[in-house]
Amino acid sequence: MIGKKIMFWQVTLNLFEGFGVTCLIFAATLVFALPLGLILAFGSMSKLKVLKSVVKVFVWIIRGTPLMLQILVIYYGPALLFHWGFLDRIVAVIVAFVINYACYFSEVYRGGIESISKGQYEAGQVLGMTKSQIFFKVVLLQVVKRIVPPMSNEVITLVKDTSLARIIVVEEILKVAYDYTVRGLIWPLFYTAVYYLFFVGVLTLLFNFIEKKLNYFRV
Amino acid sequence: MAFLEVNNYHKKFGENEVLKGISFSLNKGEILAVIGSSGGGKTTLLRCLNFLEIPDEGTLLLDGKMLFDASEKKKNTDAQIREKRLHFGLVFQQFNLFPQYTVFKNITLASTLLAKQNIKEKKRSFKQECKGLPKEEKKARKAEQSKVLAELTDGLKKRIEERAEQLLERVGLSDKRDAYPYQLSGGQQQRVAIARALALEPDILCFDEPTSALDPELTGEVLKVIKGLKSSESTMIVVTHEMEFAKNVADHVIFISDGMIEEEGTPREVFEHPKSEKTQAFLRKSLEENF
Repeated sequence: MIGKKIMFWQVTLNLFEGFGVTCLIFAATLVFALPLGLILAFGSMSKLKVLKSVVKVFVWIIRGTPLMLQILVIYYGPALLFHWGFLDRIVAVIVAFVINYACYFSEVYRGGIESISKGQYEAGQVLGMTKSQIFFKVVLLQVVKRIVPPMSNEVITLVKDTSLARIIVVEEILKVAYDYTVRGLIWPLFYTAVYYLFFVGVLTLLFNFIEKKLNYFRV
Repeated sequence: MAFLEVNNYHKKFGENEVLKGISFSLNKGEILAVIGSSGGGKTTLLRCLNFLEIPDEGTLLLDGKMLFDASEKKKNTDAQIREKRLHFGLVFQQFNLFPQYTVFKNITLASTLLAKQNIKEKKRSFKQECKGLPKEEKKARKAEQSKVLAELTDGLKKRIEERAEQLLERVGLSDKRDAYPYQLSGGQQQRVAIARALALEPDILCFDEPTSALDPELTGEVLKVIKGLKSSESTMIVVTHEMEFAKNVADHVIFISDGMIEEEGTPREVFEHPKSEKTQAFLRKSLEENF
């Protein structure tokens, strides 16, 4: 009985460590992919046809191939093709996630920006505003309001996508739990759901809060 | 001399020539009504006056001074166009209020941004003045300058807010000061849009079919406000389908058809004794629609 209790705490603690790695991948991806996505979005709306096409093809490739494959390519690719050294595993994972999620975010941003009516820009123009004033003072908040629901979807998917990192043996929570099953212990695997549910629950509350905060106006 | 003088405006979109040489003039304090069937170029003309579109050809004189010359491309950079725009105000068919701001902020936003820019420039020039002064003197000068700046900021803010209050009163919406656009009826939104356009004190205020997006029972309140703005100081150009309004309020009427001015004159001349066959047909048709 006591043995079992110790076992439970041991597993909980080990999973918690894995959960830390999960959170690290999650946070690093958001920090870098959110701004990078905006840059890609501007690229895909650029008047320069070459730039626009390059960005569109890039987004197509990244959205058209599995994230798991991208992680493998970024980790093994440089070593196999150019005989360079291997990246740190966690770095390779984060790079793959940032690129992948930036592409998805860029499409969300683009949809949001393009949904703002031309009249809003023109109203700013006839009032003598500069382009950047129009973007920051008039358009941006409307875009934010529009993209909160699709963004919450992407961000919640990201929480669970982090489990793909185990493909190159990064010790995130699901990898830790999976290692127990190899030793014949299956319940830690199911136990991970509690961590995921908790994390997603917090995010859901956060997004609900943001939506409510932006409810004072309508677009 | 005419206050506004537009000469030979041409505008092409691809192969489609929408304005085929429009010239007209307008005196200070006059209201010009522009009528004509849709697709004739009325709205494009208004957009060219506000530099939302840049005419391919033509010149514009304001108060005797050349404001725009299509042939001088170097003088038509983004920043310069922005400055030229400030002479004109535009009220849109779809209002285009900023939804995230209150009525009051909608009216004050652009003036506040302009004021901030002015203060920034002033700060820069003050800094330049301080350069190379001895330490003691520099300190004294700086204290003096920051006082001037604070006063200037306060003064500008007060003036902008006072003007906004006045404008709200003028369009009869003082009680809606803190409402958001979605809480207002279409007619009220359009009245706010008129106040917003007036906040920058444009020389000429343009209206692009200001009542076309409104329910019939709301057009009256907007037309009344526009009529109420008429004074010796405010010059207005109204593109409209409201023939009664054009007839009763305008000083001058232009009938545009197929990118050209088909007929122009006083309301009496255009509505009661139209010379051109096209004008006659148009007036007959719009009269039928009203019954």
